[in-house]
Amino acid sequence: MIPLLFRRLALGFVTVWLVSVIIFLGVEALPGDACTAVLERDAHGEALAKCRTDMGLNAPALARYADWAGAALQGDFGVSANGQESISQIVGYRVRNSLLLATGALSVGIPLSIFLGTMAGLWRDSWIDILFSSGAIFAMTIPEFVAATILILLFAIWLGWVPAIVLTPADAPPLEFFPEFVLAAVVLTMIMIAHIMRMVRSSVIDVMASDYVQMATLKGVPYWQIVFRHALPNALLPAINVIALTVAWLLGGVVVVEVVFNYPGLGRLLIDAISDRDLPVVQAITMIVAATYVGVNLVADILGLLLNPRLRSHHMGHR
Amino acid sequence: MTTQPLIDIRGLCVGFRGRSGSMLPVLHGIDLQVCRGESIGIVGESGSGKSTLALAAMGYLKHGLQRISGEVIYNGADMFTRTAAELARIRGGQLGLIPQNSGQALTPTLRIGRQLDEALRLHCALPAGAHTARAIDLLTQVRLPDPAAILRRYPHELSGGQQQRVAIAMALAGEPDALLLDEPTTGLDVTTQAHILELLRDLARTRNMAMVYVSHDLGVIARVCDRVQVLYAGETVLEGPTRAVLKTPAHPYARGLLASIPRLGESTLPRALEGRPPSPGSDRTGCAFAPRCALATDHCRAIHPPMVQGGTGQESRCLYPEQIAQMDMSGSGAPLSCCPRNSPLALALDTIAIRYDRPGSFARFMPARPGPPATVDDITLTIPQGETLGLVGESGSGKSTILKTIAGLLPPAQGRITLGDGTALAPRVDKRPPDQLRRIQMVFQNPDESLNPRHSVADILAQPLSLYFGLAGPELRRRATEALETVRLGAHYLDRRPGQLSGGEKQRVAIARAFAAAPEIVLCDEITSALDVSVQAAVLELLNDLKARHKTTFVFVSHDLTVVHALSDRVAVLYQGRLCEIGPSATVYAAPSHPYTEVLLNAVLEPDPDHAPHLLTADVAELSPPACGCPFQRRCPVKLGQRCDTDTPPWQKGADGHAIRCHIPLSELNKTGRG
Repeated sequence: MIPLLFRRLALGFVTVWLVSVIIFLGVEALPGDACTAVLERDAHGEALAKCRTDMGLNAPALARYADWAGAALQGDFGVSANGQESISQIVGYRVRNSLLLATGALSVGIPLSIFLGTMAGLWRDSWIDILFSSGAIFAMTIPEFVAATILILLFAIWLGWVPAIVLTPADAPPLEFFPEFVLAAVVLTMIMIAHIMRMVRSSVIDVMASDYVQMATLKGVPYWQIVFRHALPNALLPAINVIALTVAWLLGGVVVVEVVFNYPGLGRLLIDAISDRDLPVVQAITMIVAATYVGVNLVADILGLLLNPRLRSHHMGHR
Repeated sequence: MTTQPLIDIRGLCVGFRGRSGSMLPVLHGIDLQVCRGESIGIVGESGSGKSTLALAAMGYLKHGLQRISGEVIYNGADMFTRTAAELARIRGGQLGLIPQNSGQALTPTLRIGRQLDEALRLHCALPAGAHTARAIDLLTQVRLPDPAAILRRYPHELSGGQQQRVAIAMALAGEPDALLLDEPTTGLDVTTQAHILELLRDLARTRNMAMVYVSHDLGVIARVCDRVQVLYAGETVLEGPTRAVLKTPAHPYARGLLASIPRLGESTLPRALEGRPPSPGSDRTGCAFAPRCALATDHCRAIHPPMVQGGTGQESRCLYPEQIAQMDMSGSGAPLSCCPRNSPLALALDTIAIRYDRPGSFARFMPARPGPPATVDDITLTIPQGETLGLVGESGSGKSTILKTIAGLLPPAQGRITLGDGTALAPRVDKRPPDQLRRIQMVFQNPDESLNPRHSVADILAQPLSLYFGLAGPELRRRATEALETVRLGAHYLDRRPGQLSGGEKQRVAIARAFAAAPEIVLCDEITSALDVSVQAAVLELLNDLKARHKTTFVFVSHDLTVVHALSDRVAVLYQGRLCEIGPSATVYAAPSHPYTEVLLNAVLEPDPDHAPHLLTADVAELSPPACGCPFQRRCPVKLGQRCDTDTPPWQKGADGHAIRCHIPLSELNKTGRG
């Protein structure tokens, strides 16, 4: 199993490296560079040449890639094109804020969706199943900006329970986001529940029809013990990968929801950076998102291996 | 019997609601009484309702099934009216179930120890501290080696026979009064099957348990049951003492079923039982078996026969029980078509070795370590045109692996395969030119998996025809119809999909697909083992016919020695991927043979109450071949000593191309043979 982990880890690094090359090349291919973005209308003649020399843009592309990648490995993404601020610092707060929002959504969303999926699967085709399943599909199909607007209207404007949008600055301490980010987290939870819930539901249905659940019934195991000991550990295995994708999606910044709620997360920073043509920031965010996807999926694979004895001993070599 | 029955099933009808909304019965008024210490066999084809009956005895019906009428009385109360808590106490306690496929019936994420402990916790009065000791005790009772280690294993880490033994131990944990066994040994090797049945016989005797065996295999029933009930289309057609039912069956269906079983003693093919049972919900005015019965008259089709006394203690649902004895039920009379002597070569395998473990991308950079011995090693075979070569051996003997290598699905690690005209076959199927592909065709074990469910039969047959012969349009359709006719299916099957065919019909379509390519060599991988015996006999007859007409060369793999015996000209016996014995079928099945062939033949069960298998006491299946010496060294009952562990035995040539790989001289082997 250890060699397998190393192989996965190595593959993960290769993936992140490839992403970094593609991003770098993409930025190279774009017309203009950091200097044209900073200088805007003055980007010609001596000013432009001086800026390029100052920023080291005249060096060959390979050398610049090596510089950038080397610094990025140490957590230093350079300075943003316009404000001359440290990117690591700006992005650092935004990552924390996105993490905060994702944690809020996941801590409610994962247990809730597993619970709803299990109930729907156990009472397949009953009114519980129809209610849960169609409710989840409904929540998933409404576009998130519509759901967000409706929630704001309902809870912020009519009922006045929570603020409509987030006004806290990006670098505020985490607790200050508390009542403000609730609506955003609720919208995210609504979107993610349907995916996980439907996966859990179909896998619970499969497992409950399996020979070993029938055997457990005929061994005289009470119903809920069958569900918790025999069925759920097997039924949740296929759900791990769906959960991993959801987690990665949430951690990577959820652009629309952050923009609607004015939430200072990674997604909104990305939108701002793109409209400002702040390419170093775009590069940094993309790298972080790529690394997050790779990391989360790696964790999901390891978790799958740990929870599934068949995979585990298969890879350890004794079948 | 005068004693009170332990389980008393009366007039049980079970059905499901069909698409039209009407109730379609699968069990019709079944009566079954089982007393303490008695073992009853329930026999029938697939779909006869025998498993439903066994589960119903525990008050359990599969999803979608409902009880229509009747009752299952256990301990004075109907199982179907008991509360969930009462059922949970009885199931796994007084009534134990041994499932068909223990590999799937054990929860994959729980260690054996936890699953046994659960059974003990629920049904055993012992304090929790004594559970482990009791679990080890149970595993020892079912003769599992190293029980303490097995407790720590997961189900997939055990072999099929070990899983079955664990399931038996689990059923015994509740100290049951009765065991219900749903095809307890189907899918196991002959040797493992024989051992498990002996174990169950012993347990029944020592614990005075009642046993209900559900099986399609009359050989199993003959070995373990006192009484037999034969089910046909959800209804009991024959009931009586095992000996009487097997010797002088008083129902034409039982007669036909017995005749369709291939036997080692017969030199002709078994007689197939044509037709198939009516589907649930079809008209039941006449006798359900009448459409397939040679004795049927208009009277049979008009009235539903009652159960009547049929002599020798049997009760039969037949109007003419006295005529049954006159039915001709000896083999089909079809003599085995034999391959002409000295015909030219069709296929040659030269010192083939096959490995499953391939060095991964990382291992290549590591220092080379001596790997485990090859899965299949040193296979040299020459097969003349028109011959049927049978490959036999237990699971894991590498017989299917060799077929895959011939087909190019698994490249050999070493050695080469040549066709009769000297063309060397490329190791991988994607490197072979279309003509080579056409010349070798394969038929797989399970037609449900080898036929695409979304293709019609016409599409399935069109593939080889258009691929190898470039046919299209009406000509393609004509040739597809012809291909169907070679397997005795009518043109109206062309537009059906596999889902609309019975198991036997599906396998015929798979055979037709192989023959549509006009192949020289057909590889058959356990092609009858998923079929009922009656259908199996028909498929064997078909293959024999094709062999005679097309002069095709067959390589026929089966774990069933009687099936291989029925069809093969020559037989090769494999153990752990190494050849032990090869020779003409009649010679291999007679003494002298390799000690392993001896073990296999001795374990064969025949549907004959006077036949008992001879078993070795401490015989356990192995998972990998030894590094050197004779592959059979660890299990051999007549092992010589040191020499068997270190030296690869020589081929000893007998008459007619018979060869045995053993250190014991042929003349000595003769004496150790059966007799």
